[in-house]
Amino acid sequence: MNKVRYILLLLLFLLPVTGSQAFAASGGQEPFDAPKVIFEHLKDAYEWHITTIGDKHISIPLPVIVYSERAGWQFFSSSVFHEGEEYNGFYLSRHGDNEGKVVERNAAGNEQRPLLDISITKNVLAIFLNGALLCIIMLLTSRWYRKRGDSNAAPRGFVGAMEAIVTMVIDDVIKPNIGEKWARFTPYLLTVFFFILLSNLMGLIPIFPGGANVTGNIAVTLALALCTFVAVNVFGNKEYWKEILWPDVPTWLKFPLPLMPFIELFGIFVKPFALTVRLFANIFAGHTAILVFICLIFITMSVNKYLGGAMTVISVFFTVFMNILELLVAFIQAFVFTMLSAVFIGLAQPQHHAKS
Amino acid sequence: MFTVLLQAAIGVSLSKAAAAFAASIVVLGAAFGIGRIASTALESMARQPEVASDIRSSMILAAALIEGVAMFAILVSILVILL
Repeated sequence: MNKVRYILLLLLFLLPVTGSQAFAASGGQEPFDAPKVIFEHLKDAYEWHITTIGDKHISIPLPVIVYSERAGWQFFSSSVFHEGEEYNGFYLSRHGDNEGKVVERNAAGNEQRPLLDISITKNVLAIFLNGALLCIIMLLTSRWYRKRGDSNAAPRGFVGAMEAIVTMVIDDVIKPNIGEKWARFTPYLLTVFFFILLSNLMGLIPIFPGGANVTGNIAVTLALALCTFVAVNVFGNKEYWKEILWPDVPTWLKFPLPLMPFIELFGIFVKPFALTVRLFANIFAGHTAILVFICLIFITMSVNKYLGGAMTVISVFFTVFMNILELLVAFIQAFVFTMLSAVFIGLAQPQHHAKS
Repeated sequence: MFTVLLQAAIGVSLSKAAAAFAASIVVLGAAFGIGRIASTALESMARQPEVASDIRSSMILAAALIEGVAMFAILVSILVILL
């Protein structure tokens, strides 16, 4: 068993070497464009590209759903875009602001985006997959508790690990930060925690079911932060709104010119914005760092073969190191997002000031 | 060495270089702040291990807030580069 492990490890280190040899053998006809490759991996796409063998691209075509004034609702597979072809006047833009997006020509002959584009893109499919996986994990865990019934057996194995994490989040994050009404917000906060954690971890797996940059997409993190925004402001009590609109400060700060209320109102919107940017930037930066280390191999390989060979070893070490670091970041960011959500929700439920 | 740097500098516009410089200063500040939080938290945990978990969660919260400020500044730098 140990020997098998060593051989697998050795093969893992040889993988990039063979890959770069293949690159060198192909002559590297076009100069290697590192920023383009990196952004192709980070951005959303209309198809899920898995690998390229020789000249053959292996990818999962995804449905494109667009609505435009000219053509109405259109529903087709993204595989029609393969050789730069069009479908009903829709094609992928090659340059400009809309590069890589579905566009059409308007009456004046200019490129424009269709009115609505609700295509199932790579990130959307990844969210579906992560959600399904999350449901399976949670339902399996809860089934164990239903089966246990009245017996007092302690969970073991995977269910035990889940119980440890759930207990940790509830006891360390939710209860101390929200206070009395913690039970009401626990389902939401636990869902957010596990969704972010799972999406982060799936993003670190380089092949098909993982690899999509879900939590490194600012739209996804914005949606998550908006959920917290709703939880904070809809369930905030009277005291919370009084502290925003008529805070306990000298009157001249709030009466003719509402300085403090303005600052407090501004704060309402800064909180979800900070949540959005923090999660996005952390995951995006992690993915970029890993991709840059991989790209270093190809950049040095196009300069000098031997330099590239030496760089391969260094790159693989750094990539593995970054990946392990990202495991840590995946957990910390999920934890921080949950914690800050809990803190903001708790701040929106202040208790009445004790009269002194 | 210097000529190489100079040649590289000509290729990059001044605003981009300024944005990168600004981002590096912000990261310095944030690193210093988070480092101080971690060191003082560790000291107080060593002094009073019984409240270690309380200190840990406050430490993460403070570090997250500092990180948030750094993220804002880096976002501004990115906007300078892109716009």
